[in-house]
Amino acid sequence: MIQKELIIIGGGPSGLCAAKIAAEAGINVLLFERSFALGGQLVKQTHKFFGSKSQYAKMRGFDIAKKLISDLEPLTNVEIKTNTTVVGLYPDYVVTTLEDDVYTRYQAQTIIVATGASEKSLAFENNDLPGIYGAGAVQTLMNLYGVIPGQEIVMVGSGNIGLIVSYQLMQAGVKVKAIVEAAKTIGGYKVHASKMRRLGVPILTSTTVKKAIGTDKIEKIELVKLDDKWQEIEGTSEVMTLDALCVSVGLSPMYQLLSMVGAKTKFVTELGGFVPIIDEHHQTTIKNIFVCGDAVGIEEASSAMMEGYLTGLYVVKNMDRKHPDHKNLLNLYETQLGFLRDGPFGIKTKVGLEKLRKELDHA
Amino acid sequence: MLNQTGIPTLEQVLSRFPNNKALARPKAVLECYEDIPCNPCATSCPFDAIHIGENINKQPVLNVDKCTGCGICVQACPGLAIVVAQIKNEEAWFKIPYEFIPAPVKGEIWRGVDRNGNVICDAKIESVLLTKKQDHTAMVTVSVPVEFIHQFVTVRERHE
Repeated sequence: MIQKELIIIGGGPSGLCAAKIAAEAGINVLLFERSFALGGQLVKQTHKFFGSKSQYAKMRGFDIAKKLISDLEPLTNVEIKTNTTVVGLYPDYVVTTLEDDVYTRYQAQTIIVATGASEKSLAFENNDLPGIYGAGAVQTLMNLYGVIPGQEIVMVGSGNIGLIVSYQLMQAGVKVKAIVEAAKTIGGYKVHASKMRRLGVPILTSTTVKKAIGTDKIEKIELVKLDDKWQEIEGTSEVMTLDALCVSVGLSPMYQLLSMVGAKTKFVTELGGFVPIIDEHHQTTIKNIFVCGDAVGIEEASSAMMEGYLTGLYVVKNMDRKHPDHKNLLNLYETQLGFLRDGPFGIKTKVGLEKLRKELDHA
Repeated sequence: MLNQTGIPTLEQVLSRFPNNKALARPKAVLECYEDIPCNPCATSCPFDAIHIGENINKQPVLNVDKCTGCGICVQACPGLAIVVAQIKNEEAWFKIPYEFIPAPVKGEIWRGVDRNGNVICDAKIESVLLTKKQDHTAMVTVSVPVEFIHQFVTVRERHE
């Protein structure tokens, strides 16, 4: 079995940031990433980011990924294994991986789980017809491989991802016929919504997809209006022709490896579903196993980066090591994360985390 | 309503427009109507004309006197929510962000569009700026009849 000081599972924004801090403190880091490339979802984000300077605001997502990756280059004590999927996490701090169908066992003193999130789906008739995509798949096809998913598309969901992917579809020359939102109001930032509206794309609130219609692939959808109790309003059915449908209805934290190791979890709506219970230093209920990023609550990549840096600092301290700039960075990132969670969008996470902490007191 | 349609009300738009007298010089119009954690407009302004403050969730406030209408914030805003406006005789001149290809070319006539996405007027492309620093967000200078100053927001497809 291969012995390591620190294993980080996931090479997205939070995992990369945690790796940087830990490595700067002299810790030998091994980072696993199941994809062929580092950067997580950042690599397909072609829009300029919000936030402030510490979160690389106004840089485009894929450029932020490049920056986070290049930050690791001078650090010779970081080992990175891409194309490597972590398939198991055990109470004796054993991490098992699959790389080219080769099964390997590692053991670490400390583990950071930065596995991110997976997309939620939506139940409606014929939702398995070809031509129905998740927003992540559309971004991968379009922004990584240069393949458009269709000519005429409808977006389901008006959160930031739905709005941003709609914009990217328009940039790629795809006609977005409408953005459909079941809630009464738009979920994402209004600046993104206004951007779509001025392109002539209607945003239909209190509306959902009742069914997809088509034989070999999606050809039409039936939309219906919803009342205050999310029930269909009779006689509001509208049929739209299209050749692709994109579903962007939220994300769920990927906590499964932590469940496997016996870390306690709790369902917290504000954080996106089941999440591991953590203390204020992102340690789970299993000693020396930490978690950061979307795996512990759905937020923007900006917050994931701040959490990654912070978890790096917490881990360094927990391992009795010293980061040369511990005090300043701790203050900077805690303040920054506080700001990100201070507005009407971020407050949700704050509430959710308080619920989690309460759980810890009882644990 | 903005939170149901994505369309700001005229009242909201007017609240961000400097008065016509001030618009004799080019001025930024900051169409950010929501508390979101973001401040590149304020930190990119070389004239300290945009204030957000330490809590980056606050909406930006323009100091009209300090604003020179340079347009640096137009490219810096990740939400593409800023234009620069100016009144020149019978025309309204705008600097707008543009992220589609093909980008407009100087001298062309494009369709002028309002916040609903409706075509409202012809828009003459006066110049197009796209330097490396702008990171793929072109800044298009465009003129429209002055009566559309509070309606015009962007351009769409060339129209001879």
